[in-house]
Amino acid sequence: MKTFDYTINDALGIHARPAGQLAKLVAGFGSKITIAKEGGADVSAKSIMSLMGLGATKGTNVTVKVEGPDEDVAVKAVEDFLKANL
Amino acid sequence: MIKCIGKSVLNGIAVGRVYVYRSGKFAPVKKQIEDVDKEQERLMQAIAKAGEQLEELYQNALKTVGEEQAMIFDVHKMMLEDEGYQADIKAMISEGCNAEFAVQETGDKYSAMFAAMDDEYMRARSADVIDISGRVIDILSGVGQTNIDSREPVILLAEDLTPSETIQMDKSKIYAFVTVHGSASSHTAILARSMNLPSIVNTDVELLDKYHGKMAVVDGYNGEFIIDPDEDILNDMLAKREKWLKETEELKKLIGQENVTRDGRRVNVYCNIGNVEDVDRVLKADGGGIGLFRSEFLYLGKDDYPSEEEQFESYKTVLEKMKGKKVIIRTLDIGADKKADYFNLEPEENPAMGYRAIRICLDRPEVFKTQLRAIYRASAFGTASIMFPMIISVEEIRKIKEIVEEVKKELTSENIAMGEVELGIMIETPAAAVISDELAKEVEFFSIGTNDLTQYTLAIDRQNQKLEKVCDLHHKAVLKLIQMTVENGHRENIWVGICGELASDTSLTQTFVDMGVDELSVSPTYVLGLRKAIREI
Repeated sequence: MKTFDYTINDALGIHARPAGQLAKLVAGFGSKITIAKEGGADVSAKSIMSLMGLGATKGTNVTVKVEGPDEDVAVKAVEDFLKANL
Repeated sequence: MIKCIGKSVLNGIAVGRVYVYRSGKFAPVKKQIEDVDKEQERLMQAIAKAGEQLEELYQNALKTVGEEQAMIFDVHKMMLEDEGYQADIKAMISEGCNAEFAVQETGDKYSAMFAAMDDEYMRARSADVIDISGRVIDILSGVGQTNIDSREPVILLAEDLTPSETIQMDKSKIYAFVTVHGSASSHTAILARSMNLPSIVNTDVELLDKYHGKMAVVDGYNGEFIIDPDEDILNDMLAKREKWLKETEELKKLIGQENVTRDGRRVNVYCNIGNVEDVDRVLKADGGGIGLFRSEFLYLGKDDYPSEEEQFESYKTVLEKMKGKKVIIRTLDIGADKKADYFNLEPEENPAMGYRAIRICLDRPEVFKTQLRAIYRASAFGTASIMFPMIISVEEIRKIKEIVEEVKKELTSENIAMGEVELGIMIETPAAAVISDELAKEVEFFSIGTNDLTQYTLAIDRQNQKLEKVCDLHHKAVLKLIQMTVENGHRENIWVGICGELASDTSLTQTFVDMGVDELSVSPTYVLGLRKAIREI
């Protein structure tokens, strides 16, 4: 399992469009990919509603967990996406 | 004849028959189903169909109203395809629940989740979940949503319209929208504007079946919806509609043209805006810049002061969208008449002359500095200028400049990039106009706020309807003060603009051009009309 922490930098937080893009991105991987707010439950990063439902506003720390056959590629892709878009 | 008042979203006239529109939505009833597999398949077919509809809506909207507005349908499609959302619906069906009810319940659950969130943006998403769930339910129950079964175009009267309903309607069959709810900045209003349909929202009207098919008039200039107008009004409005349509067509030809008189004098025509969304209207109307960006929207209707970050994002968005064109941000202009509770302003006898605008900013420098920091940070992303309201003395400008310098020093020490920022003031007090020769030495531009300048000069409260008759908007005293301000500004080589309502009064355009006014800033609606007036001088 791979995991990393990230602090949301986007002023609107994880809002509709990037949430949708992220969901689309992770849907392409075989690994199980989840995201959680500090102290919160893991939610599937494949679900736009769950991602938006996190209510991760600017400054929120989130933890991403990736587990599965393509976890090395997937974790890099998710990290790159977060840095570029959120 | 029934006259109803509402809030107009577009100046224009529509005449036609009323079509009472009730969205096909009804609360589905829970039923026990026998064949679970068949029900699951029915659901998947409905979801697939809804997906196709949304894709089509997205493509349509891309062509007609642009990416920004179209995005909502792309987001809807992604929400519809959400695995969690679909899994919850399927789980209910597998327990023997009918698909319609399962979609309704699941939609309500997600909608409640968004509605309970702290963030205003996220709360607004709860309507999106209801919208997509409604779409699937309509398909499941075979309700054709938005077909208008009328051969001639109609004035559509509805409680409220969702964005997908608005855009899905056959525009060739609609003259205007009238809704009981909704605000001038709602999706429906924005779309109506981009479709150029004179529309009224928040209207004082009941949705009665007896209105269906009645002749009616929408007067977007006055925010009036008149059912069963008498013959005189009807004929008058028909003539006005012809005139409006012809003018609109004529004005469109002026997009891309210069604001120049026949003898070669140029005037900048900029726009006044009151929030970030208005920028799209500026671009569409071909405004040359933003001459007045009212920053109050950031402060009003909130529970606490807006953060530097929140302000920065708003200014940055506007600057980026204007792509290097000038954006003049007016600092906070709040007072006892336009107030936010957290400012803790005491009620005043005479708020127009009270503790307001720059007087508050200089008295509470921490509030002022937050705004200035946000503007200077955003200035790296376009051409930002700042103007200060309610100035009456040179001392005020000096104090402002001291604070500006502090802010710039702080940002430099934090290694934050900034652009060149022009500093100017509003000339809206008679005092400022009278000493404009001295003030011109201190700043880089003047913008004349004619609304306040008129009320302070004539000592007439413009909200007082009894005084309308005596309030001469073209009063010589005001025009003389404007002329004096322009001359004093030019003597010090600074530019002078007008951003009050008088700027859009085309009966004065010649006068202003002759005075040498460099810029006129008006609501986006008036840009092309003003351009026409300038080009005819």
